[in-house]
Amino acid sequence: MSGVILGTAHREFVKGNEAICHGALAAGCRHYFGYPITPQNDIPEYMSAHMAGHGGVFLQAESEVATINMLLGAAAAGKRVMTSSSGPGISLMQEGISYMAGSELPALIVNIARSGPGLGGIAPSQGDYFQAVKGGGHGGCRIPVLAPHSVQEMYELTLLAFELADRYRTPVMILGDAIIGQMKEPYSPGLHEPPAPIDKPWATTGCVGRPRQHVKSLYLKDDDIERHNWRLHEKLQRVENAEVRAESYHLEDAKIVLVAFGTAARVCKTAIQWARKAGIAAGMIRPITLFPFPKALVHETAGRADLMLVVEMNTGQMVEDVMIATSHHDKIRFVGKPCAMPTPDDIFSEIKRLAGKTA
Amino acid sequence: MSSSDKQLFDKVVFKRPESLVDVKTHFCPGCHHGIAHRIVADAIDHFGMREKTVGVACVGCSVFLYDYIDVDVVEAPHGRAPAVATGVKRALPDHFVFTYQGDGDLAAIGTSEIIHAANRGENLTVIFVNNTTYGMTGGQMAPTTMLGQKTSTSPYGREFSNDGYPIKMAELLAQLEGVAFSARVATSTPAQIRKAKEAVKTAFDMQIRRMGLSVVEFLSTCPTNWGMKPLDARNRVLGEMIDYFPLGIFKERKQADFV
Amino acid sequence: MSEKTNTDVIFAGFGGQGILMVGNLLSIAAMDEGRQVTYFPAYGVEMRGGTANCTVVISDDEIGSPVVGHPRACVVMNAPSLEKYQPLMVAGGTLVVNSSLVGKGDVNRSDLSVLFVDANEIARKVGSLQLASMVALGAYAAKTGVVSVETLCACLPKVVSKKYEKFIPLNISALKEGASFA
Repeated sequence: MSGVILGTAHREFVKGNEAICHGALAAGCRHYFGYPITPQNDIPEYMSAHMAGHGGVFLQAESEVATINMLLGAAAAGKRVMTSSSGPGISLMQEGISYMAGSELPALIVNIARSGPGLGGIAPSQGDYFQAVKGGGHGGCRIPVLAPHSVQEMYELTLLAFELADRYRTPVMILGDAIIGQMKEPYSPGLHEPPAPIDKPWATTGCVGRPRQHVKSLYLKDDDIERHNWRLHEKLQRVENAEVRAESYHLEDAKIVLVAFGTAARVCKTAIQWARKAGIAAGMIRPITLFPFPKALVHETAGRADLMLVVEMNTGQMVEDVMIATSHHDKIRFVGKPCAMPTPDDIFSEIKRLAGKTA
Repeated sequence: MSSSDKQLFDKVVFKRPESLVDVKTHFCPGCHHGIAHRIVADAIDHFGMREKTVGVACVGCSVFLYDYIDVDVVEAPHGRAPAVATGVKRALPDHFVFTYQGDGDLAAIGTSEIIHAANRGENLTVIFVNNTTYGMTGGQMAPTTMLGQKTSTSPYGREFSNDGYPIKMAELLAQLEGVAFSARVATSTPAQIRKAKEAVKTAFDMQIRRMGLSVVEFLSTCPTNWGMKPLDARNRVLGEMIDYFPLGIFKERKQADFV
Repeated sequence: MSEKTNTDVIFAGFGGQGILMVGNLLSIAAMDEGRQVTYFPAYGVEMRGGTANCTVVISDDEIGSPVVGHPRACVVMNAPSLEKYQPLMVAGGTLVVNSSLVGKGDVNRSDLSVLFVDANEIARKVGSLQLASMVALGAYAAKTGVVSVETLCACLPKVVSKKYEKFIPLNISALKEGASFA
């Protein structure tokens, strides 16, 4: 999985937000619920125009609170469902996300993040990292989080999100930002098979020929809720064991290893290309799954690299996961730019400065 | 029973609805949730829809709906049942979908969801049980708590200057174009129960005919949190509650706007 | 050749000058010529301020940043855009200036390759003032060779909506007039 698509495969030129819609429709998602918020309105606008033509349902809810619960209901009925929003709306959805994690309901939730806290601004930001990967909802809820860095990945990771959601019976989040949502790039829809529909015998579709069944997250007996918690934990461990994805970029001989995701990783790639031309052995780990985090790769790389430079569009969040992943804390550096995209020059000068110190 | 008894009782005139599970409920003595459950189960049987029904349970005493009514049930977060039911119904438009909500759930935290589901004219049926208090959490003040009523969070009695007035949801919802049927019933006398049964059947029928959202508000009791004996609680419904929350049908659509 | 291999350009001007459309057209032409390309528009609040700009990066390799701090080329359609981007450009970069609206004396960098195009006037002669950005794109493409003018013309149906299809011949004239200027 990467942003490089050369050759003659059929390519479409669309913005990232639209590629998510293409992916969702290809994956068989026919139920979209949402509420307007900048900078992701292209997604509900596209879905409102195209869902009916695919025999699906588009519904603009009265709030993000209602949205996520409509998702809950349609997911409980066994459908592939999705919504999209941005920070303030995702905060409102956290109640429902926790209920869906507790009730083990598959769904895709897209966060095209903006700046915060509070109303913040519509500038691109990665400030929602903690909320996304540490479980913004109550009660120890955590869900897989995917971080696309190209329009191609906006499409592919949407397919993957539905696949993981169904396989593990969990909501899955795509964490993007305004840049990756608004930028256009060619992408090839044909490179990745959409996930096949799967049986959902647990769904509440009416008890024809079987005993009644329930979708719920309430377990009032002490033992029951503890067992339920351990079961959810074991499921997340299976996700951690099987679903870690990361791109290794010029990593083999890298002495200065950047760690960045999403849009920030795009900028880092340019800075690394410049650094390589200047004779600096720079490389990058780009987590594609933020949860599960590529701990092993980070730890193994930190052992042999001179320095680990974490680059984020916030004041330092993923850097904590890097510190959890490795004991080489003395090698970890951080450069952050909240609420704006760093330029390749910003990152390149930091790489040069660090290279000068280690030389 | 002996064979002579069997002969004597050969003709069944009253039985447990097929859709009502044969278990003891957790409800307190004198609580009317059990009656409302039975009426709902009866209506499901009446239309022969048990296997095509998906219920949505709310947060409160009625969350255990799924232990008592023999249909598939989805549990909703507090107040969100109309949104969850919207999701279920949009996914399964040929199924019968109902919510069962208390007054804190529907008339406080969930007002946005009920009003917008109603305004969209979602083909759902809402069973709304109003007992003027938060039963499960220990008898706190609800939006439907009567003026002067003492609760654990209105220890000196509800005062309009501080807490406003008890909200009349059946009348309020009747104003919305998307609502096909809105009625308030009680279950404190056999005659009221008969009327309640009719109202619930009409409400179900509205959904089957795709007329829009139908809602039946039940005036119910909470002897435990009211600090009353079951009979006194029943009399409170018949007295001050019906005085303020009149029984009746506030809207009954004869024809669907759009089919 | 190195410019062709890997380049970037910012189009900037007033909202309504067709800035985003020419950015899209260049991107799709580059894609059709088998290149990698990214297109990033100013969005949101900026959109409502009356200015418009977009960044196009074209390469034969994987493209990193879609946003550029120091552009190699700029097509500026009004004076505020020149003021904003001239100081940021890399030495030796290509600057296409709409001299209908920008004074030649305002260009103060001597290390740039500058092309003045009387875009509004040419557009008016071709048939519509709205074609000014198309004229400038033609000039930029012909000067740098980043994509062929033929490909740009061939890609027009992909960016012009059905409603305005009848104006495609005018757009082709505008591109060619601009190209002949380079």
